[in-house]
This record gives sequence, C-alpha cells and structure tokens, in this order.
Amino acid sequence: MTDIVKRRLLSWAGLCAIAATAALVGCGKKDEPAPTAAAPVASAAAAAPAPKPEPLKAAWVYVGPVGDAGWTFAHDLGRKEAEAKFGDAIKTTFVEKVPEGADAERVIRDLATQGNKIIFATSFGFMEAMLKVAADFPDVKFEHATGYKTAPNMRIYDASFYQDTYMAGVIAGKMTKSNTLGFVGSFPIPEVLRNINAYTLGAQSMNPKVKVKVVWVNTWFDPAKEGEAAQSLINQGADVLLQNTDSSAVLQTAEKNGKYAFGWDSDMSMFGPKAHLASAVANWGPYYIKAIEDLKAGTWKTERTVWGVKEGMNDLIKIGDMVPEDAKKRVEEIKAGLKDGSFEPFTGPISDNTGKERLAKDTKADQAWKDKIDFYVKGVDGKVPTGK
Amino acid sequence: MLKLEVRPQPSKLMSLASPLLALALTALFAALLFVMLGKDPVRGLGAYFFEPLNGVRAMGEVALKATPLILCALGLAVCYRSNVWNIGAEGQFLLGAISGGGMALWLTTAGVTGPKGLYAPLVLLAGMAGGAFWAAITAGLRDRFNASEILVSLMLVYVAQQLLNYLVFGPWKDPAGFNFPQTMTFDASTWLPSLWTGTRLHWGFPLALLLVGLFWLFMFRSWRGFQLQVGGLAPAAARYAGFSARSALWTAMLTSGAMAGLAGAMEAAGPLRQLTPHVSTGYGFTAIIVCFVGRLHPVGIVFSGVLLSMMLIGGELGQSRLGLPNALTGVFQGLLLFLLLACDTLIHYRVRISKSGIKATMKARAA
Amino acid sequence: MNEIALLIAATIASGTPIALAGLGLLLNEKSGVLNLGAEGMMLIAAVAGFATAFLTGSDLLAFAAGAAAGALAAAFFGVLVIWMNTNQYATGLALSLFGGGFSAFVGAAYVGKKLGERVPFEVPFLADIPFVGPALFKQHPMSYITIGLVLAVAWFLYRSRAGLVLRAVGESPESAHALGYRVRWIRLGAVMAGGALCGVAGAFLSVVYAPLWVEGLVAGRGWIALALTTFATWRPMRVLLGAYLFGGVTMLQFHLQAQGVEIASQLLAMLPYIATIVVLALISRNPAWIRINMPASLGRGFHPNS
Repeated sequence: MTDIVKRRLLSWAGLCAIAATAALVGCGKKDEPAPTAAAPVASAAAAAPAPKPEPLKAAWVYVGPVGDAGWTFAHDLGRKEAEAKFGDAIKTTFVEKVPEGADAERVIRDLATQGNKIIFATSFGFMEAMLKVAADFPDVKFEHATGYKTAPNMRIYDASFYQDTYMAGVIAGKMTKSNTLGFVGSFPIPEVLRNINAYTLGAQSMNPKVKVKVVWVNTWFDPAKEGEAAQSLINQGADVLLQNTDSSAVLQTAEKNGKYAFGWDSDMSMFGPKAHLASAVANWGPYYIKAIEDLKAGTWKTERTVWGVKEGMNDLIKIGDMVPEDAKKRVEEIKAGLKDGSFEPFTGPISDNTGKERLAKDTKADQAWKDKIDFYVKGVDGKVPTGK
Repeated sequence: MLKLEVRPQPSKLMSLASPLLALALTALFAALLFVMLGKDPVRGLGAYFFEPLNGVRAMGEVALKATPLILCALGLAVCYRSNVWNIGAEGQFLLGAISGGGMALWLTTAGVTGPKGLYAPLVLLAGMAGGAFWAAITAGLRDRFNASEILVSLMLVYVAQQLLNYLVFGPWKDPAGFNFPQTMTFDASTWLPSLWTGTRLHWGFPLALLLVGLFWLFMFRSWRGFQLQVGGLAPAAARYAGFSARSALWTAMLTSGAMAGLAGAMEAAGPLRQLTPHVSTGYGFTAIIVCFVGRLHPVGIVFSGVLLSMMLIGGELGQSRLGLPNALTGVFQGLLLFLLLACDTLIHYRVRISKSGIKATMKARAA
Repeated sequence: MNEIALLIAATIASGTPIALAGLGLLLNEKSGVLNLGAEGMMLIAAVAGFATAFLTGSDLLAFAAGAAAGALAAAFFGVLVIWMNTNQYATGLALSLFGGGFSAFVGAAYVGKKLGERVPFEVPFLADIPFVGPALFKQHPMSYITIGLVLAVAWFLYRSRAGLVLRAVGESPESAHALGYRVRWIRLGAVMAGGALCGVAGAFLSVVYAPLWVEGLVAGRGWIALALTTFATWRPMRVLLGAYLFGGVTMLQFHLQAQGVEIASQLLAMLPYIATIVVLALISRNPAWIRINMPASLGRGFHPNS
C-alpha cells in the first residue's frame, strides 16, 4: 500500500469518526425534545379515558456509594421503602458519591430542574449548597439531614444515634472485664462527640469504674485503617469497641482478637458472630414516607424533625446471647422510657473530663444542649481534637 | 504481522485526528457497555457528551469545573517539561485554599467590607503565595537533600489535607456553626465576582484563559522557557550550555505551586465562599491527567480540561438521568486516556502489515 | 512492655501490603518502566481476590487470583507502554483511574459479603517467648512470606544472572538490545511480575487485613508504595524498612491517640508522612548514591529499531 493511499484512508477514517460522533450527538439531541413533544399528545389522548396522575418525582443525594453497607446504604434502604409504599405514585432518583463541595450545588440544582419536587440531601456537607438552590426553586421542597440551616422551602431532619450508643454503653459496661472501652471515631463533629459521651454515660451507669479511649481515623470509610485503629485500642486494653465509621472492620478486628464490639449503621452480626454484642441501626424509611406524605397532603412546613427510638428512626438490635439478662432488661427499660418520653440519656449531673460541670443534677438536657456538645464527659481519655 | 515502524517525521494528520479517534472509540465502548447494562446507549452518550453543554448554565458549570483543572495543569506542564515530577499539586491546591481562605477570613473577622469582589485579588495573591510556599518545601528538600520530589510532594498532599482538617475543626471553626467543621462565610468583598448571571462562573475563568496565553508565551517564546525545556529534554546539553538545573527546579516548582494555589483560592472564594474539609475533589490529581491529555501544551490543556470536566459532570448526569452507576465515570476516563495514548502512538509510528522473520527476508532477497 | 510488643506486631501487619506492592514496583522500575497504576492494580486484584475467596473459600486461590489479576492489568499496561511506546506516566495514571472504576463496578455485588472464619496464626514455640513472641511471631503467614520475597528479590537482582540482565535492561536498554537480549519481553516480564506482587498485596488487603470488599478499599496505599520505591532508592531491603517505618508511625499515632495524648488527632495523623519525608531527606543527602541506584532508563521508552 502506498503512502498516499494510506494517508487518504486515514483522513477518511478521521472524517468518519467525526461524522459518527456528530451523528450520535445529534441523535441524542433529537431524543430529548421528542419525548416531551410526544408527552402532551399522549396525555391528551389519555385524558379522554382516565387521567393518570403524574408520579411525584423525589430525589436523593448521597455522599457515599450505595454499596458502602453503611450510612448511604441505610438511606437507600429508606428510599426503597418509600418506593415500595407509594408504588407508581412516586418516581425516585438518586445520585451517589456526590462530593460535599462545589459540585453538590450543581447536582442538587440539576435534580430540581429535572422536575423533582422533593429532594433529600443525606449529609451535613450539602447544607450550604442546598440552601443556595432552595432560594432559586421556591416550589421544590428541600430536606437536609443532620444540618441546622433552614428556609421557607428547606427543612432539616436528624436521628438520635446517641440513644443507641447509650444502650450500647449499658451492655458494654456489663461485658467489659478490663473496664476499658474503645471508640473508633471518624471526625470530631458534634454528633460523634454526642455518641461517645452517651456511650460513656451508659457504661458508667452499669459500671462506674469504666474508662473510654478514643481514636480518630479522620475518614468515614477506610476499612484497613479502621481495623488498625481498633487494633491499637485493643492493644491498650480496650475489650469492648464501638465505632462511628461505616465498615465492619472494627467488629472483625474485635472478633480476631477475641474481644467484643458493636455493629454500626446496619446489622453486622454475621461479621463477628462471637464478638457481636448488638448493632445500632438507622431506619430512615418511616421519615421519608412521612415527608412525602406531608408533601402530597399539602401539610409540608419548615421544621426540624429529630426522631429517635420512639419513632423507629434508630434502634439497637440483634442483642447477642452472651449479654447477661440484667443488661438486656435494662436496655428494654430504656427503650420503653425513650418511647414514652420519660428517659433521657443526658440527665445531670454531667461533668466534662476536666472536672467542669456541664449539666446540673437531675436536669434533662434539651436539644440545644445536645447540639452544642464540644467536650468529652468524665471517663473519656484525652482532649477533643478541636484545638480548644 | 503488524509492525510499528518509526515515521521519518511525526504525522501532522494524526496529531489532530488521534484525540478524535480516541473519543470515537471511547464512545463506541461506552455505547456497548450501556447496551450490556440495559440502558439506552444514545441517551447514555448524550448524558456524557451532550447534556453537560446543554444551555448557558450547564456550559458555565463545565467552565467552572474546568478552571481549577486548567490552572493546575498549566503549572504542571511547566514542571513536567522541565523533568521535575511534581505529583503534589493537590497539596499545593489545598494550601492555596487555606491561605486564600485565611486571608478572606481575616478580612471578614476584622470587619473589613466593601463592594463585592474588591478584595478578591488579595485573596488570590494570598493563595498563590500559599501554594508556592508548599511547593518550595519540596523544591528545598530536593535542592538541599536530594530528596525525590515525587515522594516529598506526594507526602505533603496528605499533610496538607490534615492541616486543612485541623484548621476547620479547630482554630478556624465558625463559632456560630454548631461545632461543625466549616469556617464562617466570607464577606462579600472577598468573593470572586460572577461573570455571567444565571451561572456560577466567575472571573477566574477568563483569568485562566489569560494565563493560558501567558504560559504559551513563556514556554515557547521566552528564553527562560526555552532553558527549562532543554533542561527537561537533554539535561547534559543544558548543563553544557550553562543552564542552571537548580534554578530550573525552583522556577518550575514555584510556578506550579503558585498556579495550584491560585486554583485553590479560587475554589474557596468562588463557588464555596468558605473553607470546609471538602474544598478539593481531587483537582490536583485530575490536573495531572489533564496535563498529559493536553500534551503538556497550554492550548491542549484548555481542551482536555473542558473534556475531563464534561466527563465528570456527565458522570453525575448519567446517574440522575439514567441510573448509571458512578463507577462508570472512572472506567470511561481511564479508557479514554488509554485509547488516547494508544492513538497518539500513531503520530510517531506507523502501522505496517509486513511479513517478518527469516523466511520473508529470504523471499525478499530472492525476489 | 506488652504494649510495645503489640505495637511492633501491628507495625509488621500494617507494613506488609505496602512492602509487597513496593517490591513489585521496584521490579518494574529496575527494568526501566515506571508504573503509576499501582493503586488501580491493587484495587482490581483486591476485588478479584475477595470474590475468589468468597466463592471458593480458599485463601490460597484468592492470592493466586489476585496475583493473576494484577499481572493481567500490568500486562495491558505493559503492551501499551513497551510496544506502543505510550507515555509511561500517563498510561500508569490511566490504569489507576480505570482500576478504580472497574473494581467498583465489578465489586458492587460483593459489598457486605463476609468471608469464612479464619484461625489466627502463630508460629509454634516461638510465639510463646515473652515479648519477642507476640511482637514477631503472631503474624499471618503472608507477613513472613513478604520478608522472604524481599530477600528472594534482593538475591535475584544482585546475585543471579537473570537479575543482572534485568538491571542491564533498566540501565541501558540499547546496550542490552545490542547484546542480543530481547529487551521488550524482559521488560514485559518484569512489569507482569511487579503486577503480580501488587496483586498479592491487594488481595492481602481484601482477604486478610480488612477483610471485606468496598470500593476504594486500597485507600491510597498504592501511591504510598510508589513513593516508597523512591524512598528505598530502589534497593529491596529498604522497601521493607520504608514500609515498616510508614506502618509503624501510623500505628504509633493511633497508639498515642488512645493514650489520650493531648495533641490534635489531625496533627498526629500527619506523622507517618512527615516521618517519611524526614528520613528520606536524611538518607538522600548523597546524590552519588541515588545516581548509582536509580535505573538510568527509568520512564523512557525503548524502540528496537530507533
């Protein structure tokens, strides 16, 4: 084959490639207007027999992958519950692994433009982005998990995981032989500090001599690192571990070392049959169903909803057989107390680990107090890594 | 048998056609993959290649996301052409965000205010200084101790991430922020003014384009740029000519650090307007790819920055429009890069179908 | 005292996957090929190893599957870089990207799955020696195999003819080619061997260390391993030391946190990286030493007819 022929062939190939791409893109362009052009025709035709209501479009924005078997997985289960409940009346979409930075605004805005009437953002870092988009889309409802800013069309919801960790603490206090408990923390945000403190208080209620050691891994998700953190806690004598990170590595490390641990975000009992004491789980389905019902009924209003064990938002489940009866009974009592509102894990007197009193005797903490926790209670080793 | 033969001269046609060929092949693979997943291939390709440019706001988003990529990649191009392997652009980006954000925070807490965007240049300069400083650590260790810049710059990325964490969880945390890790929102005088109403695009984008022009002049029309490139291509010749390897190192590192820092400060003062642990979504690393796909050339970098930006945004749209898994974006990006690199081979080599081996040579001789 | 022993044990465990990957990359680089795709190879191998372990219950098969997956990915990279002479840095980066997405995609079915029970391993007799026992002799067999591999690679490179040829290819492929060695096939062999070792490291993470699969499991250890080969100035023993240094300081900072040391955890988290930089600066002070050990053709392509 001569050079000239080859050169001609190549230029034809290049042109064909360009033409093919243009054609594909062009076809893509035609696809979009075609359905919308067809839709009014279709609905006009359908209007005659029986008008089927347009399904309500609802969207979810996730910070992690739905396959993380943890935080995002639990939210996605909630979404699926809503789907199952409402059937054809709603159409759900989700976008996973959305970074909590400048990209979030684009994703949320795109979902709003696509006709979603209610959008759930499942991580704190989406707050500012959602606020900006909410200002531009007054007839879309925005729901933000674990945040604190609201708008006329944006409200917040949260769970009360500290209730679960208190109950876990009760069990841990009974099960520990070394009187040292361990906690693998992700980031020192208020929610995690709340959980650590509730864990400690719960354990101390059964065993006043208990101490808690905390290790921060500075990530929500790195199973190998979580395992290393767990190992270092065990090496220092901790024999019951709790975590706020999303994988089962901590439980598996406990199992390997013959210690105890809890599951987090989902039922992790199968990952450590001998080590698993109980799992703290989140159950977002009921809230998602309520939110969509509010929207359908027209009763949606801006508020802050904090649910807990009482409403079935979170719970401590699958308590193992190795847990003694008195601990199990106490957990049941606490659950009953939470359900009827008579029990509050954060009841005074509470002092922090520098000795300062933070809550007076017999006072039940209110939501504001719980939101502002920036200290460790007495019994937790070390200083909260906030530089204060 | 297919053989690769060196061309006497690099082929001009393939220089232009190879990215298009690679793109077309990627689109083909993508379409096949979509069909296998049971999704409409046309809509799938549309989500990646058409939707991101559909409308003024969408194009603004592409440009917004491309801006930090282009800025970082420009600096990295200078580095790589000088044979200085700076892998730590991400760390320099974060330091730029920290110092730019720090400046903005200082102005905000000092009560300084003014018309929107007045102090933005100050914030950007602070960002450049911060990024350059971080790069200077790498340059200094290489200069003084011969420590490999690959390792030092990479390690410093992780250090920078933890530094940002420390600052937003600690001393710089918004006191009214319910203890969440973020700084207070910066005063409007430090924001980057928006370029086009209805988009989030800010003046950073035209600034980036201006810098593209400046870098082109620097690399291909200035004496210093020439020195750097010779130092990269033929270090022995450069030494013989008296070009200082040491000053090349410092120039390259400081330039790329300043550019990455500028990009970081822009992200903090532009779309975000505060500092959070999530200022960067891996821009420093993606910029390395943008740099290579753009063939280390300023103009090429603009195109590859836009292309990669489209793919990233397309990945999100693919999820929300079609339910495509997020993992596909990484697959497509990797595939595009592989195909691009493979097609680029055709610029310097040509494929010849020939019979090789002893038999064929004998036959040829006999003929 | 016991805590220090446990810290040493944790260090060895933590350093093993990084050392394995670093060793593989060292082989790569000795032949003159720089493979930036370590992270991608480790991820693909991790998912392959986990899937195999889950489906067959055999650890051995899982490691073999990981090695095979790593070698395959490396071969793909090798063909592009060695035969088509694509830019090594960019191709490696593409592999990292691709590996991340591909492993997430394929591994979606294995998230939340659990592997069978594993009996903790102890070297008989030696494990009962006070202090030294728990410190050194209660590791997974792979930790000991890793040390063995390091010694084997060192012997191979510096005491065997094949290793000499490999190093020659890395120093000057043109000269090796002139001597009649099939440079490109040797390089491919080194790349695939390196990929296999990275694959074993990835499989170790998902089958033994974690043990579970989620996307992004490797979490940057591939990049650390890459940095380590530079740190180790391309000598195998130093790869091992570097890996243990890194793993050790990581475990140390957790240890310090658990002790309740009042330094912010984020600052403590910087320690492994700062320690690596400091040690590197100290050992790199002699430029001649680096020039002697760095393969001269590292990163440059080779074409037999050019």
